[in-house]
Amino acid sequence: MSTEQAVLDGLEIDNPVMPYLRKDRIPHIWCPGCGIGTTVNCFARALGESGLDLDKVAVVSGIGCTGRVAGYMNLDSFHTTHGRPIPFATGLKLANPELKVVVYSGDGDLFAIGGNHFFHAARRNMDLMVVCINNHTYGMTGGQLAPTTPMGATQTTMPYGNFEQPFNLPFIADACGAVYVARWTVYHVKQITRAMKEGLSKRGFAFIEIISPCPTLYSRRNRLGDGVDMVKYYKEKSVIKNGANTKEVDLSFQGEITVGKFVDRERTTWLDGMNDHFSKVFGSKFKKYGVHHVED
Amino acid sequence: MSKIDIRVGGLGGQGVILCASIIGKAAAIHDNKHATLIQSFGPEARGSACSAQVMIDDHPIGYPYVKSLDVLVVMSRDAYKQFVTQLKPGGILLYEEELVTPGAMPPGVSAYAIPATRFAEQLGRRLVLNIVMVGFFAGVTGLLSEQAVEKAVLSSVPKGTEDLNLRAYRKGFEYGREQVESRRLESAANGQTQQSFAI
Amino acid sequence: MKADPSGVLVGTHFIDGDHAACEGALAAGCRFVAGYPITPSTEVVERFAARIPLVGGVFIQLEDEIASSIAIQGAVWGGKKVMTVTSGPGLSLMMEHIGLAAITECPCVFVDVQRGGPSTGLPTLPAQADMMQVKWGSHGDYEPIALSPNSPQECFDLMIKAFNLAEMYRVPVFFMMDEVVGHMTERVVIPPADQIEVVERRWTAKKPAEYRPYETNGNMVPDMVKAGDGYRIHITGLTHDERGYPSMTPATQDKLVRRLLNKIRLNADKLLDVREEHTEDADVTVISFGITSRVATAAVDDARAQGLKVGHARLVITWPFPAARIAALAERTKVFLVPELNMGQMVQEVERAVAGRAKVVSIPHAGGTVHEPETILAKIMEAAR
Repeated sequence: MSTEQAVLDGLEIDNPVMPYLRKDRIPHIWCPGCGIGTTVNCFARALGESGLDLDKVAVVSGIGCTGRVAGYMNLDSFHTTHGRPIPFATGLKLANPELKVVVYSGDGDLFAIGGNHFFHAARRNMDLMVVCINNHTYGMTGGQLAPTTPMGATQTTMPYGNFEQPFNLPFIADACGAVYVARWTVYHVKQITRAMKEGLSKRGFAFIEIISPCPTLYSRRNRLGDGVDMVKYYKEKSVIKNGANTKEVDLSFQGEITVGKFVDRERTTWLDGMNDHFSKVFGSKFKKYGVHHVED
Repeated sequence: MSKIDIRVGGLGGQGVILCASIIGKAAAIHDNKHATLIQSFGPEARGSACSAQVMIDDHPIGYPYVKSLDVLVVMSRDAYKQFVTQLKPGGILLYEEELVTPGAMPPGVSAYAIPATRFAEQLGRRLVLNIVMVGFFAGVTGLLSEQAVEKAVLSSVPKGTEDLNLRAYRKGFEYGREQVESRRLESAANGQTQQSFAI
Repeated sequence: MKADPSGVLVGTHFIDGDHAACEGALAAGCRFVAGYPITPSTEVVERFAARIPLVGGVFIQLEDEIASSIAIQGAVWGGKKVMTVTSGPGLSLMMEHIGLAAITECPCVFVDVQRGGPSTGLPTLPAQADMMQVKWGSHGDYEPIALSPNSPQECFDLMIKAFNLAEMYRVPVFFMMDEVVGHMTERVVIPPADQIEVVERRWTAKKPAEYRPYETNGNMVPDMVKAGDGYRIHITGLTHDERGYPSMTPATQDKLVRRLLNKIRLNADKLLDVREEHTEDADVTVISFGITSRVATAAVDDARAQGLKVGHARLVITWPFPAARIAALAERTKVFLVPELNMGQMVQEVERAVAGRAKVVSIPHAGGTVHEPETILAKIMEAAR
């Protein structure tokens, strides 16, 4: 039922996004000032606006702070192993293609331990929406170096400042073949919601990076203030460049943040490709997989 | 019938495994015997050494490797050299006569030669060399019923090539029969009793 | 219920164990396989890839064994019967997801065509050295089921049993082949679908509002649902309560882990599959599994022909270990001989079951080939003296 409907029916609604959450699991575990909750709020609104049957939407997370998102969504939700939500989601989607499957996880989960799976799922154009909350650090384990930590930022395992080149996530997604690539910060709640709505309606591998503060670890260790200070930074230093060349959107420590929708294109999904190909190879002997057939 | 140990050896690309597989299939499916085929696996590809072993028995087969061979079928010089010493005294050697030149052999081995590659070429495709060898095996040894091997050939070769393969099989089979017959007559003429293939 | 005929390749075939295992999976209703190529197991997925388009299902070759071992679990929650196939190095990579399958109670079949190890070891040659790895390899306490076929026919027959047990107990089931069984070609008879019993997934009869994913209804194994049916389940690898929600307390941990173990341990009698020959009067009993059992049979037959009172107990289900049955055999048998293609793994379980009531002799073999029957026969003669 829609939020509006629930309100009209006089149900107890403390928050318009509550119907999208597992109320019996609130309060959540995220720290004050953490941006993950903000993105969940956007996700709930995007789900509501998408018009999707929520019984047919599944969310899959890996491990880490963002990995807990699955546990709070009032959807079929799966909290898997570290780095592996994408292959789990691949199996789920292919087993039941009528599902819209969303992978919701962190930068370390998706791009360090799980990087290889990201590359290949994008290459295959697996029909998944992948949301990456990038807070530049490992929050759950106490603030270690991530593959997205900007050069110069301090982490517990880079105590003298990071000297490793971080990943430029939109560039990776673009290069691997994602059909939709966007980056926003948690300051851009309207844009996040719109991007998620677009991602949900996109057929194929959609990738949304959301820059998000970790006041407890990343900001504190780097003396960047609290969550509000970080959102101020996002507001001041974000530059919207829709259609930007993803090669040029890399991030630097407290530098400019290029945001926007960078890629929006069409490409055959893995499953459509399989069905088309086998239809050609086997002719009428092949019944398209995952498509409702009229019983003959 | 007690257990018969067979090895087929040659080069990758000659159809060694299929040759062995047809022999095993004929026994296991069409002659109601037990048969176990094991191919030697390795990183080898085309043109390198390749072999397969087949055991045929009236009883279920336990230990799955051949030890001493009742029959050795070889389509390359290397396979001959590698496996000839495994032949039992009194065993049978079947070889492609243009590719293998036999040397010393265990005592009492009966060796039979066939120009299988030439036959295959005459039939139109060099590739059916292995099927000629299957026929030769069936014709010389008489271990399997003729229909069983024919059925196994037909169900093992690509669709559309059945006729060619059947001709290849029959060519090998008849040549094998002739060889055995002429050897029998020769022995009779020499006043010897033909060594019966008592396996 | 009976097998779906679309997956059953009825007839008499001359195929190897890898191909037969694939046919067994198809007959059992497996419709999703994710895998990564590795010798000597690859033929299983090659055949599945060739067969599945016209049966109706999906094969996907993923980027590694880690992905494969979790993609199948996603597919379970999407409603499919699933399998992945590998050999030693790939199995090592899959270990974390064995634990995930155990704690989420995800019915899935892992095929391990064993080769010599450790590490890359002997890619093309046999071993039975992963027996303890599948029991203990993932961290934490869990009880898997494992079966050990010894012929292509059994690769077909026991694969159906493997899928059925996975559904009945909701555990990862290991299909412990080895290179010889995988690559050996023999006659395989595939009966018509109406002669093949398959166990369907036990779907809940409850409505979404009443359903709790890990409520057990007294039989220790919860009923399932799949994503998309309106149940809005939450499934996690964290310690969880009956709702499936994380609950990281010692009490929840105790309750969950005990049930995960007990659903197998307390059903050990139903999970007994030991095939015995001449054990009733045996002074010496050979205990074997997989390909080694065929060599052992040859040795035992020879010893019997010489008048020795030798028996043979072949473990078809290797996990859970049939400790009670072995203990019962120890009442009569004076010496147990345990040949295996490893340096002494399952012999430790035999020793535990026998508990000093008889002598237990390991006949180890580092792999690369099988034992010689003469080696086992010599040990039998020595033990019978």
